[in-house]
Amino acid sequence: PDPDSDPNPGPNPDPDPDSDPNPDPDAGPYHAQHFSITYRYHTVIVMEGRKLPDDAQPRYLEEEGLYVGERPPVTPSNENILENRVLKQEEGRRWFGDDGRILALPDPIKESSTRPPLFLLEEELDPALHTVYHKAVMSQHAVRGAGPQGEYQLDVDVSGLIFSHHPLFSREHVLTARLAQSYDLHLSRGRGNLSLHLTHKVRAPHPQGQTTSPTRPEPPTRSDHLTHKYRLEVRSTRLLRDGELEKDRALLRTMVTLWKEVKALRELQRYSNTPYKLCLRREEVERALDERQYEEEVLMEVMEQEAESEELYQKRLGAYREQLEEWKVWRRQQVGWGQVEPGGTRCLPALVFISPGDAGVCVTRRDRSDQVSTCPGEVALTPVCVCVRAELARREEVLRRHLLVKVLYNEKEVSQTDRRALGPDFRVHFGQIFNLRVRNAPQSIRLQVFEEVGSAPSLLAGVCVPVPEPSVLTGRTPTEELEFSSNQRVLFSHEGVGSDVPFSFQEDGGNRQTLLTSGKMACCVSWGRGEEDAPLVTIDPLRRSAAHRESSSKPVCWAAESRLDPNDPQNTAVMQLLKVACSGEVTAPEYFRLEQLQEEFNFATEEELERSRRFRLLRLRSQEVSEFRNYRCVPSLEREVTDKTFQEYERRLREGDMVDTREHLDSHRALVAKYLQKIRESVINRFLVAKHHYLLSDLVMEEQVPSIGILGLNLFKLAEPKRPLKPQRKERKKVTAQNLTDGDIRLLVNIIRAYDVPARRPFSSRPPAPARPGGPSFSESFAAPPPQNPAQGSDWLLSQVGWVRPFVEVSFQRTVLQTSPAEGPNPCWNQELELPFSAPNGDYSTTGLQAVKDVVFINLFDEVLQELGDDAEGGRSIHTRVERHWLGSVKIPFSTIYSQARIDGTFKVDTPAVLLGYSKERSHGDGGGYDTVRSLSEGTFLTVFITMEPQLVPGDTVREKFDSQEEERLLLASERFEKEAGLSFPDRPCLTSVIDISGKMVFITRFIRPLNPPPELLDAFPNSPQDATDLVARFVSLVPSLPDSTSFSGACDLWSTSDQFLTLLAGDEEEHAVLLCNYFLSMGKKAWLIIGTAIPEGPTAYVLTLEQSRFLIWNPSSGHHYGQHDTFCPLQAVGCLVSADNVWFNIQEHASPMRISLDVGKAHLWKPFFSRSFPHPGLASVQPPELLYRRSDRAAAAELQERMEKVLKEKLMEWRPRQPTRWNRYCTSTLRHFLPRLELSGGRDPDDQHRLELQALLGDYRISGFPLHLPFSELRPVVEAVFSTGVHSAEASNVEFALAVYVHPYPNNVLSVWVYLASLLRSR
Amino acid sequence: MASNNPSVFLLMINGQIEGGNFPEYDDLYCKYCFVYGHDWAPTSGLEEGISQITSKSRLSPHKLIWNFPLEITFKSTNPSGWPQIVVSVYGPDTFGNDVVRGYGATHIPFSPGQHTKTIPMFVPESTSRLQKFTSWLMGRRPEYTDPKVVAQGEGREVTRVCSQGFVTLTFHIVTKDMKKLGYDGTPSDPSNTLSPPTQSLYMRTRR
Repeated sequence: PDPDSDPNPGPNPDPDPDSDPNPDPDAGPYHAQHFSITYRYHTVIVMEGRKLPDDAQPRYLEEEGLYVGERPPVTPSNENILENRVLKQEEGRRWFGDDGRILALPDPIKESSTRPPLFLLEEELDPALHTVYHKAVMSQHAVRGAGPQGEYQLDVDVSGLIFSHHPLFSREHVLTARLAQSYDLHLSRGRGNLSLHLTHKVRAPHPQGQTTSPTRPEPPTRSDHLTHKYRLEVRSTRLLRDGELEKDRALLRTMVTLWKEVKALRELQRYSNTPYKLCLRREEVERALDERQYEEEVLMEVMEQEAESEELYQKRLGAYREQLEEWKVWRRQQVGWGQVEPGGTRCLPALVFISPGDAGVCVTRRDRSDQVSTCPGEVALTPVCVCVRAELARREEVLRRHLLVKVLYNEKEVSQTDRRALGPDFRVHFGQIFNLRVRNAPQSIRLQVFEEVGSAPSLLAGVCVPVPEPSVLTGRTPTEELEFSSNQRVLFSHEGVGSDVPFSFQEDGGNRQTLLTSGKMACCVSWGRGEEDAPLVTIDPLRRSAAHRESSSKPVCWAAESRLDPNDPQNTAVMQLLKVACSGEVTAPEYFRLEQLQEEFNFATEEELERSRRFRLLRLRSQEVSEFRNYRCVPSLEREVTDKTFQEYERRLREGDMVDTREHLDSHRALVAKYLQKIRESVINRFLVAKHHYLLSDLVMEEQVPSIGILGLNLFKLAEPKRPLKPQRKERKKVTAQNLTDGDIRLLVNIIRAYDVPARRPFSSRPPAPARPGGPSFSESFAAPPPQNPAQGSDWLLSQVGWVRPFVEVSFQRTVLQTSPAEGPNPCWNQELELPFSAPNGDYSTTGLQAVKDVVFINLFDEVLQELGDDAEGGRSIHTRVERHWLGSVKIPFSTIYSQARIDGTFKVDTPAVLLGYSKERSHGDGGGYDTVRSLSEGTFLTVFITMEPQLVPGDTVREKFDSQEEERLLLASERFEKEAGLSFPDRPCLTSVIDISGKMVFITRFIRPLNPPPELLDAFPNSPQDATDLVARFVSLVPSLPDSTSFSGACDLWSTSDQFLTLLAGDEEEHAVLLCNYFLSMGKKAWLIIGTAIPEGPTAYVLTLEQSRFLIWNPSSGHHYGQHDTFCPLQAVGCLVSADNVWFNIQEHASPMRISLDVGKAHLWKPFFSRSFPHPGLASVQPPELLYRRSDRAAAAELQERMEKVLKEKLMEWRPRQPTRWNRYCTSTLRHFLPRLELSGGRDPDDQHRLELQALLGDYRISGFPLHLPFSELRPVVEAVFSTGVHSAEASNVEFALAVYVHPYPNNVLSVWVYLASLLRSR
Repeated sequence: MASNNPSVFLLMINGQIEGGNFPEYDDLYCKYCFVYGHDWAPTSGLEEGISQITSKSRLSPHKLIWNFPLEITFKSTNPSGWPQIVVSVYGPDTFGNDVVRGYGATHIPFSPGQHTKTIPMFVPESTSRLQKFTSWLMGRRPEYTDPKVVAQGEGREVTRVCSQGFVTLTFHIVTKDMKKLGYDGTPSDPSNTLSPPTQSLYMRTRR
């Protein structure tokens, strides 16, 4: 089809004959399509002729006298627009009336408001018009009401109730109730008249039983057998009848005794409460008939017994004859043989029988029972005044009782009857019918009987009425009597017998009885009838099927029990049903399927899905399992998915608990790594959901509404120079990390300048001026540079001594970039390096980025130009070799850059303790004005600015409401404290409650508690507390650092207690700080935890100690300490101080530690959390009372040392694929010898002894080398660090290497690793 | 390459962005890009493009014509993540700032043959009237962080958009090996199965 054709067949319908009949042929399809989208309106008055059919005159109904309503007011221009538009439409004319105007209904707006005025100024709102709030309540049955909507009605008829026992019964009542009960029983027996029925059965005409003559002994035939059976039956029936008659008589007897008791009681108490009276009436019986019947009966019985005896006689006679014959034969034989056997006399059998005539039939006969009836009203009730006091009280009590019945439908009260007084006869008549309009399928109908004494009704008993079958309709159902009872215990002080209380009829109190309140309720529930007698029945499908099932299973049992005759034509229907029911095909399934057609739509069965590798791959990918999260191009065919794809995943699953020690060199650390991995996974799973939760700012970029201040600034900016000389850094737009791909993100590293780069020193065998261990001082700096030894250094570096050509190399994710070299020990580069960044697996989500563990290495090198001298060409060409010597490095984890967005500051360069060939003495020549600042610290410093392009939004730390075991009051106070702090000083971190490793909120002071440091450390320097302190700090810093954000993907900052920290051997700065603070406290120092911000870590924790009225700030992750006024202290801002019993927030003007007072006692400078108004509630610490340490394991350390050295050597050779790598064994052993000394000195350059020693031994080599020192977590960081120094890149052909590793064990498996790396170059 | 049992199928797309219908705006240009699932990879052609600026003329006062060609071939193993083309239209506002005039996306048609698609376009709305005013004043209308957002359903509930106009695209689709891998992309309506009856009719007349 033509794509451009308009769906509207008439693109420009113009029915007006006046307009151009030929549409513009130039109007192309685009024009046509335009009309389908937009319509430009016209306000021109439409001609009458266009609106009416051709040649029709407008007709005005109003003028013709017809009523036309008033049209709603519309402005003429709007009307014209509408008319124009309507006419454009097909059949537009039908919208117009005869008068040529648009059809309109009369104005529907009424003249005056019909609604009552709601707001009256002068008076209050009419109470009837008040809005009333009703809380919405979910009906528990509403869901079940799945049946079709319609009119259903249940009629509940509550006619009345009778108590068979009531607490207010008097003894007489009890007796009469019993009497009435037995009379009822009697009546019902009389109605059933079982005994009469049985009597008739007995008297039924006897079959041919009598015809069997006693003289005709026959062999038993079939008819004989039948007769015999019949007789048996008659006999049992008679027995039954006699029993029934006996029961009747017993009942009569009980009634008579009861009546006698009643009479006796009435005599005794001298009044009567009940109108009952038993009348025994003798019935006029036709004696003659009766006699005759009796005679007949007796006769029949006698005859029966006679027949019985006769039968017996015949039987025995037959037996006798047989015996006689036998005897005769035997006798004859005896005679024939002619001898008598001794002892063989056989007697003639005796015939013993009872002749029929002798049978004494004894039938006892009693007179026909007397007819019994009770006639109420014949006993006059004793008037009230005559009664005794107790009875009086009882009667009054009875009068005060009222009863009512509540009707509950589906356990909800729907209605209740009126209150009815409990009469003296304990009968209540209600006679009320409730028509229930039913919406939900009936589950239960209950009637509750309430008794009211005074005002409060109390529940007496409840009756469950069965839900009627759908066939039960109103009008056809008889009233049912349902029994109810209650086991309430009621005790009275008056004559009432109470309920569940033993009482006695006799005066002596014997024969005690206990009765419970009980009674009968007469009611009836049926389905209502609507108009035209239509039944209003809900047919609940569930109930119906249940009924059906019941009906099919029941008759089977019944048929089996009653031995139905299958051939009886009357039973055919039943048998048919049974056959069907038993065949098993109709049996209802025991389950219920929601989507029965689901199977039809499954495109593969579950097993196929399970088996198929391809489906499995697809499924794992959509579940975002980490291995497959961004798996590309799942093969289309099953066979192309190899098992290899799953190997890694399956191994991970399998090795959930197994530990691979090969990769980790240390089994304990492997365990910890596994544990951390597990925690991380669980946290990631928790936040996978949150990842799919978007905010508007994630999707839409929108400018913020500028405030007046910003607008003003913007105006001010207009006057700024276009290209300022010192440009300011501007905030950039932030980009959410979800739509990025590889190559989109770059890391910008701006290397600005460095201070105090170590300068070269000549190789000399003579020691230079000895450096003081406390750090170089001014006096030393002014000492002349040591003179060179011309013998060794004459050919090189003469001009370069004391000089240095440093450059900076930045390596990140194996991309290496470097600046151009600058001159001098205080170089200035001001150069920007751009490094590409690629996330693992191409996962650029916030979680993925936070989990990046890569580190930016900023290495400082010295570029050494070495002239190789002239060779073959005879001095005409000079060869120079560029060497580079590593001077130091700064490591910044990517996670820090990501979370802080930018890093700007001066960092201390991590220089090795020993730099062969370089001196760390401060070059003083060009120090200039900076000296006053720098002199306070030692070391090399580098100013850098690092950021990312585009700027990524760091993941929000999800601040969930975690559970806590803290008191609610404390949590509230902590929340308020943090909020106030955030309001007044938003840039100062304030922490009062933190999350522990199990995810619970814990108040921060609970983490502070004096804890014993390892005894080995304390014993090392028994008489120098200063050294011991340093050693403890060093120990803490040797525990590997692992930022929480990488391990927990930015979810939250988790704090672990010190023992957990030492077990995990990995933790954040906070854990280090807490441990160090606790150690210091136990060593008797005054120590606080500083919550503040530092570079490069960002928000972090440091430790503050007070030593000899001087504050020291400790960096727990490096072990260094700084004075309060140290310029190069990495701590930038102090937010709050934490001790074991309080938290103080810094409310001073400045946050920098240099400019504040650290005395927390001053309340106007430090705001305490616990104050006099909110005292410390005595929070117990979460830390253990004591830390247990394992002794340092030297053997394991030695083993690790060996393995590590091997691995590093292999790696170094691997990094030099082109050149051979020679190892200088002699140098290596010297270095190895030297490393333990370095460890002992705590990482400080011990003396020049070592250098000299080396120099002496390796006189003809030029060595450049350095020891690296790092805490041990696993092998990878060590390898990474070695790689970053770039020693392996030495290209000279005759270069040799030396590598020594030393692992020093500390208690609790904390290891300090030293790697001494040197490259040697034979100088001649 | 075994043509008998292929492991990937190819989807070749030729076509063009014909033009747009933006009654209120003029001097517009458009950008396009493709969004596809993990199992898809472009083998040749351009994944992204930016067109010339087009103005309205007297002859077609409401239609902007770009006639910007598309040509790209995808290979894939799985129809899930079928490519979608995302078109975004930009143009100057009253003060000459380049602002976005519409975003739209559609799936590439499944069946081989020629297809014409008209995509309704929309832009995100400002969150408040004040924002709307300032964005108008400063010429920084709200826009999606990435136009590819309009091809995915996730996170859309947080945005509000306003419809803007239409862009018409034509596609000519060729697929290869789809059937061999078990995917039937041809439509099942009788218009395509018209040829066999006519053939038989023809045969009958010959006899």
